[in-house]
Amino acid sequence: MAEEQYIIRTKDLTKAYGSKVAVSHLNLNIRKGEIFGLLGPNGAGKTTTILMLLGLTEPTLGQASIDGHDCTRDSLHVKRITGYLPDNVGFYGDMTGRENLRFTARLNGVPEDVIDGRIDSLLARVGMAYAADQKTSTYSKGMKQRLGIADVLMKDPEVIIMDEPTNGLDPEGMREFLELIKNLSAEDGRTILVSSHQLYQIQQICDRVGIFVGGNLIADGKIGELGKKIVSEGHYVLEVEAEPCDDRFLGFIGSLEGVKKVSKEGDRFLVESSRDLRAALTHFLGTNNYTLLHLRQKGGDLDEIYRVYFEQAEKEDEKNAGSKEHGRRKRT
Amino acid sequence: MPEAKSMAGGNAPDSKTAAVSSGKKDLSAAEERRKVRYHSLEALYRKELADHICGKRFIIILAIVAVMTVASVYGAVAGIHGAIDAAAKDSKQTFDSTFMFLKLYTMSGNSIPSYMSLIALIGPFIGLILGFDAINSEKNDGTLNRLVSQPIYRDSIIVGKFLASATLVTVMVFSTGIAVGAAGFLVSGIRPSGEEVARVLIYLVYTVIYICFWLAMSMLFSVFTRHAATSALASIALWLFFAIFMSLLAGIIADAVYPVQTDYQQMMNGLKNANLNAGLNRISPYYLYSEAASIIMNPAARAINAISYAQLVGAITGYLPLTQSMLLVWPHLVGLLALTFVAFEISYVGFMRQEVRSS
Repeated sequence: MAEEQYIIRTKDLTKAYGSKVAVSHLNLNIRKGEIFGLLGPNGAGKTTTILMLLGLTEPTLGQASIDGHDCTRDSLHVKRITGYLPDNVGFYGDMTGRENLRFTARLNGVPEDVIDGRIDSLLARVGMAYAADQKTSTYSKGMKQRLGIADVLMKDPEVIIMDEPTNGLDPEGMREFLELIKNLSAEDGRTILVSSHQLYQIQQICDRVGIFVGGNLIADGKIGELGKKIVSEGHYVLEVEAEPCDDRFLGFIGSLEGVKKVSKEGDRFLVESSRDLRAALTHFLGTNNYTLLHLRQKGGDLDEIYRVYFEQAEKEDEKNAGSKEHGRRKRT
Repeated sequence: MPEAKSMAGGNAPDSKTAAVSSGKKDLSAAEERRKVRYHSLEALYRKELADHICGKRFIIILAIVAVMTVASVYGAVAGIHGAIDAAAKDSKQTFDSTFMFLKLYTMSGNSIPSYMSLIALIGPFIGLILGFDAINSEKNDGTLNRLVSQPIYRDSIIVGKFLASATLVTVMVFSTGIAVGAAGFLVSGIRPSGEEVARVLIYLVYTVIYICFWLAMSMLFSVFTRHAATSALASIALWLFFAIFMSLLAGIIADAVYPVQTDYQQMMNGLKNANLNAGLNRISPYYLYSEAASIIMNPAARAINAISYAQLVGAITGYLPLTQSMLLVWPHLVGLLALTFVAFEISYVGFMRQEVRSS
């Protein structure tokens, strides 16, 4: 019943390169017609997951399916209904945009009499009609991405998978591009999986997101729900500012049960704890003649999600850079 | 090799769908797969061919081939004239006018090498130019990962590339080979006999296979190296090694194993030395091809191995018929084909197993 509406499903999907686990027991369910954002810092395993979904690499363990077709065993069918816009999509530079699209159409077995009409309508849709007969070597990054969308749509896919599609786009180009992606889902009813490390940009268009760090899907759901989830997992961050800001106040905070870390940010204290401290704090402040200037429970917002997962992962990333990470990420 | 699996998927007894679906459905699925294979291979083949023909690279190849052809015809005609003049002046010298047409390909003159030796040396270059960046440049441009995400069998990419380049090689070899004959015919008035035409055509087939070996070799490097420059250098290095150093190496090894410094050693080891030398040399496709070409194009050549004087006693000088010449070089054809297939097979398997990531 409820399972029927999932078009992309993975079960314990795992990929290991030697001893390094790139993706670990991923269970992902994406509904038909939604835009799902796979968000995570660089090197989190997003691209590997996508490659497994397209049957371009074999999972070490587990399985994935798109529209009921096993991604590894029946990759040909999966690729027929799935469009893939890779990171840094490339076109044959000595062919024009139109010729590149025609080549893709032929590879997909689109009938010859349909091809030209479809090319024209797709080029118009992505706003590339003006450059259709220029060689793609003259295209800018943004133009290539747009042509990439047209290229993906050439096969009229049910599912579109995009890997870091907003990399290298300027803000205006980014806005238009996101609008375009949104349309593909809203108007055509296609299912879209977008991977990105740019949390802020991508979340605007996603129905749901999954946070992917170090090969693990640590949270998935609507952005709003995600924040609550983080809080309910016993991670609270409290911003508090009081007058006077003295050592006694600091000492009190430190003495509270469940406090993990206290740091000072300007005039405010940032308190990380494993339980909700607001009641205890306000009681203390009220009975000891402090004036409460600012009190805010962080979490539930993107900032917090970003801080908790991405920055941490990026720090580890930097630490590892130069050693084993280097070889894998410097893929060309 | 996910594609390979999915190919077998429909017929695999353990596959759920096969067990459920009727035989008719299987048939239409097989039909569908054949259609996918056909139209994707055709699209890739056409694109590659168009790419080659429209590219700057093709102009370079054409220039090389044109210079090679013109120079060798000029040299051959001059050489033939020189030999005839010498025979006319000096009664001791004779000029053998049988198989004159073949001499257009084998004769050198005015210190210009013959067409045959030129193509043995330069021909590989054509294969290398066509293949050295077949896979890695697509990887670097990010076009390969777009290609592999299309509903095509992955092997049609590499097969399409090889077939397109091989087509070009075939067209080029046959057109220049025939051009040499035609030009020689026009300039010197030498008329080919039926057997000569057959010999030339067989020789050109050998040449196509020889150049295709180098094509497969450079594609092999393009699968396993990241940069086009690396694979170009690697294949050029291999070419130089086989064309120049292999014979030196073979000589050194043969002399070391069977020394022939003294008369006694010469007597005891002479034949073994020659055989080992030739055997080692035949590892090299350059030698293999040159040897085969010289037998095909020179009916007077009777053996490819060392012959003792005793073996020649009582032999009547004459020409080998085509069938006998072919008997001598049949192993060479098999060898060249095998080398080509092995090189292509390794790149094929390597390509199928590679994970294609975006840059």
